[in-house]
Amino acid sequence: MRRIAGAVLAVIWAGTAAVAEQGVTTFTLDNGLEAVVIEDHRAPVVVHMVWYRVGSADEPIGKSGIAHFLEHLMFKATDELESGEFSQTVAANGGSDNAFTSLDYTAYFQRIASDRLDLVMGMEASRMDGLALKEEDIATERDVVIEERNQRTDNDPGALFNEQLMASQFLNHPYGIPIIGWKHEAHTLDLADAQTFYEAHYAPNNAILVVAGDVDPDEVRALAEKHYGPIPANPAIGARERVSEPPQLAARRLDYSDPRLGNDYVTRSYLAPERDPGDQKEAAALAMLAEVLGGSPTTSVLARKLQFGDAKAVYTGAWYRGESYDDTTFGLVIVPVEGVSLEEAETALDKAVAEFLEEGVDEAELERIRMQVRASEIYALDDVSAIAYRYGGGLTSGLTVEDIDAWPELLQEVTGEEIVAAARRVFDRRTSVTGHVSVTRETN
Amino acid sequence: MIRFAMAALLTAVFAAPLHAAIDIQEVTSPGGIEAWLVEDHSIPFAAIEIRFQGGGSLDREGKRGAVNLMTGLLEEGAGEMDAQAFAAARDALAASFGFDSHLDAVSVSARFLTENRDEAMALLREALVNPRFDQEAVDRVRGQVLSGLRSEATDPNTMASRAFYEMAFGTHPYGSDMRGTLESVAALTRDDVVNAYQDALARDRLYVGATGDITAEELGVLLDELLGDLPETGAPLPDPAEVSVTGGVTVIPFETPQSVVFFGDAGIPRDDPDFFAAFVADAILGGSGRQSRLSTEVREKRGLTYGVGTALVNFDLSDMLLGQFASANDRVGQAIGIVRDEWAKIAEEGVTDAELEEAKTYLTGAYPLRFDGNGTIARILVGMQMDGLTPAYVTERNDKVNAVTAEDIRRVAQRLYRPDNLRFVVVGQPEGVESVN
Repeated sequence: MRRIAGAVLAVIWAGTAAVAEQGVTTFTLDNGLEAVVIEDHRAPVVVHMVWYRVGSADEPIGKSGIAHFLEHLMFKATDELESGEFSQTVAANGGSDNAFTSLDYTAYFQRIASDRLDLVMGMEASRMDGLALKEEDIATERDVVIEERNQRTDNDPGALFNEQLMASQFLNHPYGIPIIGWKHEAHTLDLADAQTFYEAHYAPNNAILVVAGDVDPDEVRALAEKHYGPIPANPAIGARERVSEPPQLAARRLDYSDPRLGNDYVTRSYLAPERDPGDQKEAAALAMLAEVLGGSPTTSVLARKLQFGDAKAVYTGAWYRGESYDDTTFGLVIVPVEGVSLEEAETALDKAVAEFLEEGVDEAELERIRMQVRASEIYALDDVSAIAYRYGGGLTSGLTVEDIDAWPELLQEVTGEEIVAAARRVFDRRTSVTGHVSVTRETN
Repeated sequence: MIRFAMAALLTAVFAAPLHAAIDIQEVTSPGGIEAWLVEDHSIPFAAIEIRFQGGGSLDREGKRGAVNLMTGLLEEGAGEMDAQAFAAARDALAASFGFDSHLDAVSVSARFLTENRDEAMALLREALVNPRFDQEAVDRVRGQVLSGLRSEATDPNTMASRAFYEMAFGTHPYGSDMRGTLESVAALTRDDVVNAYQDALARDRLYVGATGDITAEELGVLLDELLGDLPETGAPLPDPAEVSVTGGVTVIPFETPQSVVFFGDAGIPRDDPDFFAAFVADAILGGSGRQSRLSTEVREKRGLTYGVGTALVNFDLSDMLLGQFASANDRVGQAIGIVRDEWAKIAEEGVTDAELEEAKTYLTGAYPLRFDGNGTIARILVGMQMDGLTPAYVTERNDKVNAVTAEDIRRVAQRLYRPDNLRFVVVGQPEGVESVN
């Protein structure tokens, strides 16, 4: 089986490179708006997205949640549109729209028949500099956001713990503050906060336009000139400035329990470098490390060592969020089998990682992962939205188009030795946060 | 995110949409296995969706969760390969096989590269025809299922939907979680798993959809090799389920800041002459994808929830009208009142011409956009077959939507929206909301 796979690999890789290089066009308008056009002519559909280089990590102190609250308010009135008219118009044309806010970006998108691109681009441009906030919309939408926080976080003990984890990992950097905002601050956000944040960050020179689907790049450029071109740049917007994290010198430990939890588990996260422009090698090694340790629920290092034989775990995993503007985290998780305590689970996890560092990467497993990375580039061609997200997310995280295009090949080139070396650097207990998460049990 | 997708509720409510340009071929393999195919050779891979009708509803008496556990074990060792060898072989081919159990079906979602299609399908065949069900794997996957059940036992969304289905369907399989209970799953043996396999995976209940880089002839050969050695017959399907919902409110006390509400009543069959009228009515009242009446009243005007939605849900053995939302404990009572008022209002007054036109424009415009990738289309093809539709449906569907009149909606709304029959299940600490039977 392995020989067959090897032969297939070369064919796929050659084919993928050829396909991937087609169909992606970039341009920049005079006012600084960067654009990426991804062609896919299989269906008469277009995804139109605008990504702003501003996320929750760019909020003023005491105003947590304002980036996300503003995202909601962007669906209210503009100089040209009534409150709610944007989405109603998209729906009346058979399309769908939505938006999302992250630590590093805020993005708005519509998916609609490709002959309606002019329409949605016109509306998106109208809210880039013409948002007309009204006091009557503020209180109601703030209640909606608080219900969103209730639903996503306060009703979910795992999400509440993750909030504590990030707050512990980042003492000073704003990644320690939840995207949706701390509840006590979310209650106080008002029109002036939203207006100030909007004026400071929403401008063509702080935005990325991504258009993907059945479109012609020249036509997209002409439409972009027509709708976004007249919007002036905001010269006050410079490079993002965020407070930085002091060196972490002491391992931190959390103990969280909640009666609403179903299972006990242990998490361990470490400070880790992110993908940097022109310098993604370490991040590529960490991304592959996450795959080697926890990618496959059956054959990954943690699965093999902890879920089979004298199994200590019912579930294990590893994660790494390389797409980030500032330093990020690498994490491990273990859900022990019944009868194994959290202390024993943590010891078993540490032992498995220590063994891995000694034993190195299994070459056959690494080759399988490489094969899947290559194949994922083929499968990705079936989902033009995912490619749009790749560019939007990458560009708003400080990467260039070249960095984003180079990433799949960088993953291929990582060696087993480099993975272990990256593991030794990232698994520094002093930069870690360990969480013991447990079900609150009745005590007599 | 500005809007919340009603993911928990909605399995393919409406069997689906295709772009007019899509050419559905009806393929019959040399061995007699039928499938629908949409060829698209632009990307060198294909997706196949296989469904075995029956699924979790075929659990034998006292063996709740057996079909679900069995489905989870299909990828845990087959033929000469144990679980790790099987996973390694699959990953080396960069194929993906999803095995899932549902109320009405066991589904297999496969995606594989053209370059190694034969190897990938030979591997999938082993999983379907020669699964090992090693005792080690049974115990390990059982542990995973139990872990999931423990989490969900204290998840307010699961608590609410379970209670609702239990009330609606009683002892029918639809009335209980097909993943079983902590007790029933703990008691399952390897023999139970083997029985579930023999009951659920057979050719007399098979539906297949394929999309992508494969021809009709290639697909025919593939289907015989993949599925030809499965047994001819499985266990009989359960009887249709009576929906025994009564109006009222059921409060399940649970310490959490936001109450989760699941509500519903009996629905309307897929082949009912008024189905399309009901479908448009639901889109106007609470359907997703556009601003519905409920969303306007509960969210936009009052900020009582992040998302409220309803859907007509057509199971194989029953038809439901379901909805859900979540509101803070001190506001949920107000939201329930509004939902009930809107239920009464649409039953009494129907909808306006403007609402009807807007809903039609949205529904017919959104229809071709649902075509979205090989895997999605393969799933759509299977859903259409299981709903008893023909390939011509893709060209007729928008006409059926456009033919709905305000009078049709008035008629069906009176039949469908019965505020006195609407049951709310509330999980949380709702203030001022009492259980009412």
